[in-house]
Amino acid sequence: MDMSQTKTVVVDTVPESAVSTRNISKNYGEVEALRDLSLEFPRGQLISLLGPSGCGKTTLLKIIAGLLEPTSGEVEVNGKTVTGPGPDRAFVFQDFALLPWASVIRNVSFGLEMRGVAKSEREDIAARYIKEVGLGGFENAYPHELSGGMRQRVGLARALSVDAEVLLMDEPFSAVDEQTRRKFQEDLLGLVQNENKTFIFVTHSIEEAVYVSDQIAILLPRPSRVHEIIRPSGFREKGADNIRRDPEYLDIVDQIWASLRTYVE
Amino acid sequence: MTNAEPTAVPGAPFGAPGTKRPLPSRALVLKIVSALILFGAWEIAGRVPVSLAFPTFLESMGALFRMAVDGTLWTAYAETLQPLAVGVAISAVLGIAIGLWVGLSDFFDWLFSPIFIVMQAAPLAALIPLLVLAYGIGLTSKVLVVCIMAMPVIVLNTAGAVRNTPESMKEMGKAFLASDLSIILKIIIPAASPVIFAGLRLGISAGFIGAILAELKITPTGVGDIITYSRSIADYPSMYAAIFSIILLAVLFLNLLEKTEAVLFKGNQRGYVSD
Amino acid sequence: MTLFGYRLPGMSSLIIWGLLWEIVGQAGLTFFIPPLSEVVGTLIEVIQTAAFQKALYETAYAFIAGVFFAIVIGIPTGILMGKNRLLDELLLPWVNVFLSAPLTALVPVLMVLFGFGMKAIIITTTLFAIWIIILNSRAGVKQINRSLVEMAHSFGASPVDAFFKIYFWAALPEILGGVRIGIIRAVKGVIIGQLLISIVGFGALFELYSANFLMGHFWAVLIVLFALAFTISEFLAYLERRVSYYAAKR
Ligand SMILES: Nc1ncnc2c1ncn2[C@@H]1O[C@H](COP(=O)(O)OP(=O)(O)O)[C@@H](O)[C@H]1O
Ligand SMILES: [Mg+2]
Repeated sequence: MDMSQTKTVVVDTVPESAVSTRNISKNYGEVEALRDLSLEFPRGQLISLLGPSGCGKTTLLKIIAGLLEPTSGEVEVNGKTVTGPGPDRAFVFQDFALLPWASVIRNVSFGLEMRGVAKSEREDIAARYIKEVGLGGFENAYPHELSGGMRQRVGLARALSVDAEVLLMDEPFSAVDEQTRRKFQEDLLGLVQNENKTFIFVTHSIEEAVYVSDQIAILLPRPSRVHEIIRPSGFREKGADNIRRDPEYLDIVDQIWASLRTYVE
Repeated sequence: MTNAEPTAVPGAPFGAPGTKRPLPSRALVLKIVSALILFGAWEIAGRVPVSLAFPTFLESMGALFRMAVDGTLWTAYAETLQPLAVGVAISAVLGIAIGLWVGLSDFFDWLFSPIFIVMQAAPLAALIPLLVLAYGIGLTSKVLVVCIMAMPVIVLNTAGAVRNTPESMKEMGKAFLASDLSIILKIIIPAASPVIFAGLRLGISAGFIGAILAELKITPTGVGDIITYSRSIADYPSMYAAIFSIILLAVLFLNLLEKTEAVLFKGNQRGYVSD
Repeated sequence: MTLFGYRLPGMSSLIIWGLLWEIVGQAGLTFFIPPLSEVVGTLIEVIQTAAFQKALYETAYAFIAGVFFAIVIGIPTGILMGKNRLLDELLLPWVNVFLSAPLTALVPVLMVLFGFGMKAIIITTTLFAIWIIILNSRAGVKQINRSLVEMAHSFGASPVDAFFKIYFWAALPEILGGVRIGIIRAVKGVIIGQLLISIVGFGALFELYSANFLMGHFWAVLIVLFALAFTISEFLAYLERRVSYYAAKR
């Protein structure tokens, strides 16, 4: 697949935000999961939320998805305040959240079904995305017949098929093995390239974040806050195969580890 | 994206076909052997005899055959199956409806669950004399006996299954804009259906217990009548034959239900996604 | 259920149902439902009568004996089935048959074979309880982690040691689960047995009450029975939680 070589990066112009969160706080009873968090998510980019477990990454992502209400603050998607889930956002779940009784094609077309798309049409669309994520031939398989990596491809195809502008991914590759995960990461770079979508990507893996992201927001716990935002710039154009050898890549990984290590017991 | 696992072919079995052949036949042979041992032991115990009231297996089967040919058995079952079918149908419909309701609403959970939890633990058969006083010895009482035996487990299983629907599946529904009704119909009920069916099987099994209990305790009708009457005239082969037939019926029916379920919920039977 | 921010305790809705019972009873809608307060009054009277105490004693005796046999026969059978494939394949179909068979149909046989008395009731109780105990003990042994057994062997445990130090404990949560369900079934079995062989225990008491239309007495005994059954079941669930705390972590 064609990788980042063709990417045209407009340097030094601040891109318009697809998603912005303003002064978000979220308390679960006594637990303060997020405090006064503001972030901008530029259109067409992949932004990672990186941080140790329990720092509120999932909470923030679900608030953006409209699955959770923030205690205070608000989220805007394309300038409109979020009040609940909407057609402009699609979610990829950490545990895949596939329906075990439904075949791959029915799982992928679930989002379209809920939007009232006619059966034949939605199955056409679903079949297209199943091919796109590399699962052609598995349309009638059931989730239990697939490996973990393949299941997450189904979850990804489901999110892509509803053609939302913003893709929310909660540690999508954490439950797959290392080889599959690397393949996923390369494929993800291609997706960011080809689909004109904004990706918000939660991960706890430093290497993964640096590898796939246009921007990395580092979250720290107790109290939860954005510690810093890192914008890797130099190695993005060098191609998927070379990124992991790039000195800037290695430096950023080290730098992030240096700021996180004090929070890891 | 390019192809993920190019070597995997959907539905392709692991290992060469045919390597598993001998296993099912071993299971079948052992089942037959096991039946032969039990029925053989019955035959021998009957021939000794261990008790005057213990006929041989062949005598009992002879009696069963005789009753099947002269029609007594069929008339009896037409009678026995009435309260059973009505009671099980009521318990299934009402039990699943109440169970869904209790599982979906905190308030109804608080209000109704304790009743069914107590009913589930309690020896409800003790209510029978009261039911007879209130509703007489007719069909109503017998249907009620079947219902009180069958319903609690159906309600509790349904409610529990609904409550235990994986949170992430419901969240997935919401994220993809499913309405509340769609979430119930397309996610919660299918996810709960294996446990609901398990509850139904337990309920029906309890319903059989109730139906026979009603026929033995309230008024002897149907199969209960054959059992009671043949006992009173010491026709033990007929008595054993009737008991054998009702146990056989219950087991066959429950197996049939299990098979139906396997066909109906193909994806479900194969288990949840889990590693 | 939370109300005005307070979590209502689990079984508190029974108070509402009790009130409803009282109202229906006071309204005199039906002869069969006397007010709860009257039933409670009767209850205090009834439990002091010799007839009740005799019934309770006979029931407890049959119940304990029945459960005892179910456990003593059921657990070893289940463990043997879990360890021996041939035995398992021979017995499992029958265990499954009797687990779901209408066992009430067997009571008349027990009556003609063992007489209209305690013996038949004890066997009925055992029959109700034993199958699930066998099945769970078998499942408990079957699920034992192979690496646990191999660990024991690699540290030189003898077969007897392995059995008592590994198998039994590893299977204990499932065994206890089976015993709990078995005991709940035994409560039902002992009452069904007494109803059908109605010259003993509560069976006899019920005959007496219904012949004399003593509704208050009836309900009083039912409340005692249901409360006892519920207490037993909750107590066993509590015990199981205490002992099986490590089950989830195996
Ligand atoms: N439903 C909940 N109820 C109470 N506390 C919660 C809940 N969900 C998350 N939390 C708490 O909020 C914090 C952030 O959780 P989460 O967003 O899941 O973190 P992350 O995804 O970064 O690991 C954690 O301390 C967690 O314990
Ligand atoms: Mg998380």
